[in-house]
Amino acid sequence: MSSTSATEEKRLDHVQHHFVDGEQQFESAKMGMWVFIVTEVLMFGGLFLAYIAYRSWYPELFLEASTELDAFWGMVNTFVLIGSSLTVAMAIRSAQLNQIKGLIINLYITIGLAITFMVIKYFEYSEKIAKGIAPGNYYTYDGLEHEKANIFFSIYYMMTGLHGIHVIIGIGLMIWLVVKAKKKVFHSGYYTPVEITGLYWHLVDVIWIFLFPLLYLID
Amino acid sequence: MATSEASNTTYKKVQVRRYKPEENPEKHYLNEEKGLWAWLTTVDHKKIGLMYLGSIALFFLVGGILALVLRTELWTPARSFLDADLYNQVFTLHGAIMIFFFLVPSVPTVLGNFVLPLQLGAKDVAFPRLNLASYYIYVIGALFTLTAILTGGVDTGWTFYTPYSATTGGSVMMMTLGIFILGFSSILTGVNFIVTIHKMRSPGLTWSKLPLNLWALYATSIIQILATPVLAITVLLLTMERALGIGIFDPNLGGDPVLYQHFFWFYSHPAVYIMIVPGFGIVSEIISTFSKKIIFGYWAIALSSLAIAFIGFLVWGHHMFTAGQSSLANMVFSFLTFMVGIPTGIKIFNWLATMYKGSIDLKAPMLYIMIFLFLFTIGGFTGIMLGALSVDIHLHDTYYVVAHFHYVMVGGMVMAFLGGIHYWWPKMFGKMYSELWARIAAVFIFIGFNMTFLPQFIMGSQGMPRRYFNYIEQFQAFHQTSTVGAYIMGVGFLIIAFYLIHSLMKGKRAGSNPWGSRALEWQTASPPPLHNFEHVPVIINGPYDYHKPMSEFQLGIASKHNGHHAEETVNVPESAQEKA
Repeated sequence: MSSTSATEEKRLDHVQHHFVDGEQQFESAKMGMWVFIVTEVLMFGGLFLAYIAYRSWYPELFLEASTELDAFWGMVNTFVLIGSSLTVAMAIRSAQLNQIKGLIINLYITIGLAITFMVIKYFEYSEKIAKGIAPGNYYTYDGLEHEKANIFFSIYYMMTGLHGIHVIIGIGLMIWLVVKAKKKVFHSGYYTPVEITGLYWHLVDVIWIFLFPLLYLID
Repeated sequence: MATSEASNTTYKKVQVRRYKPEENPEKHYLNEEKGLWAWLTTVDHKKIGLMYLGSIALFFLVGGILALVLRTELWTPARSFLDADLYNQVFTLHGAIMIFFFLVPSVPTVLGNFVLPLQLGAKDVAFPRLNLASYYIYVIGALFTLTAILTGGVDTGWTFYTPYSATTGGSVMMMTLGIFILGFSSILTGVNFIVTIHKMRSPGLTWSKLPLNLWALYATSIIQILATPVLAITVLLLTMERALGIGIFDPNLGGDPVLYQHFFWFYSHPAVYIMIVPGFGIVSEIISTFSKKIIFGYWAIALSSLAIAFIGFLVWGHHMFTAGQSSLANMVFSFLTFMVGIPTGIKIFNWLATMYKGSIDLKAPMLYIMIFLFLFTIGGFTGIMLGALSVDIHLHDTYYVVAHFHYVMVGGMVMAFLGGIHYWWPKMFGKMYSELWARIAAVFIFIGFNMTFLPQFIMGSQGMPRRYFNYIEQFQAFHQTSTVGAYIMGVGFLIIAFYLIHSLMKGKRAGSNPWGSRALEWQTASPPPLHNFEHVPVIINGPYDYHKPMSEFQLGIASKHNGHHAEETVNVPESAQEKA
């Protein structure tokens, strides 16, 4: 690392002025993302708390209302997201091995899977809203007897809605990564944005893995 | 990576030299990049800190004027010049602005931003662009709040309790969205500080040599990242409650208002520690510097900050003793509330022990810290009284609570903030302020503050409820004393504004280390250069080692590369210690 040849200099151009070396920069970025993930977990934690409170007060409501959710498509979406977690991990691997083409292909597949997830979610939402299971004051469905059925679906829409926003943000981040990768910004010595976006994407995946059984599979 | 053998040879290349800071440098961070655009797009932590200082001072002025409006209305028992609805809006805005736009961001974003990288010997925080983003997020949040004020106001109190906040008129949604956005600013600052303290310490700066200010900021950042997201989801749910009627908190729709209170206080109790803990850090720095003595109980002070952060998460229920919690929950929360007194007491005693037999120099920063010790102790003890269940039933929602809160927040945090501003002012601008006027202002504030809030303890214990715009005549003398005190305090703050502005224009030039401090931020020029240090500092002694000569604190790596090459950074501390 003590070489000062021209290629060596070029490999260091990603190091920002205030860091001593690329390693410190990478470690900082990664730690920053982990800390941010903690904040995300706590933010969703608030919604999980609302879920726990209402489920312990009205267990029969949750059993009854969750039958309205389509477990099959929920299952499909779970596999779609787990698959996208795999491909984003493969994207990081490609970057580490300097395979920029593989990085771009894996990112494209991940984006495709994320969009698939959102499309399925869109059909789920529109099917429910057509039935009258809309959020809040717009709830008009009378197929459920429990008087607090609206609250179950408020929680459902808040949790899946906030998660969906995170999926959309993830799609945006990965499009940005593709643009950067095409400009040959990343190489085996610098792939920090790929790594931390991957971390973020795993978080989005893990949250869904909790949401799916808690909302769809409780009977 | 270099092998161990290779790195052994690189040790020999590292030379540690003594660097005396340049006095009154021609080029520094304030004049190196010129123009408004350079300021607005700067990623320099020092400039971002100053931009925050300007914004926060503005909000403090607005919040302070609102407070004076409230106190003026309370001059007579009946209506003076505000009607009840307007009064509700004014106290809501006073609370929301002071808490979310002044107290929460004040110390971390102004003094923390400015001082933290300097105390670490780093060139900047870990994520400078995120730091700038956090400032603009703060501004956007502020714009939302201003819109809320101009489009109908908010009359819920700063706590936004449901069901009232879900049904009342006005722009509650605008306000809660503003606070939601502001939360991101707070989170980004917290993330930045935690990573910077972990990853950006200069060679030799071990955790046991970390200035106590940084321990306090570290504890604060932990609270910020753990509590603020819960506030975000709370106000988001409240916004949705108003926008869509999701019914989670609104009893008219089948929801539970007490659940809202749990959500809200899970953030907002730790938030009062976000406000006060960084103040503790400032107190530790100033007391040691102006007593010219090593800090007493370094680890006790450092760890008690973390202990307060931890216990602070477990006491939120003490805001809800009268809200229908189970009596078991009340007992547990009451007990845990008493526990907060332990680490706080540890701090107070260690500060007193630091001053004991020190050479105390009562300059303006130290004067504010003495006021802090006096007022904060009163605020703390009255907090213990409120934490006692039976007493709280009587005092709940009275002026006693208002007085307690202001003793802790104004008497504690604002005094620490003022102390910090006076302490680091020469470093920030390279100018001194008028010591005489600083002392006069401190006396005004001390007298004004106690005149304002001591009577409120008495009123409260006699049953004067808070948030009322009229009252029975027996309280008039107390209210009038309080109002006069508020104006005296206002005069004190005006004096501060005047002499600080005067110091900017015509102040005497300050040396690099006007207080003779051993801390790292004073071992560079005042004002510091754009990249903080002209060399990579090497830290061998603790920041409070006043028994050692100054020359041992002015060490840096002798290299024009400023540490940007690998061989200069690997394990420098050991070799540096050998050289010294």
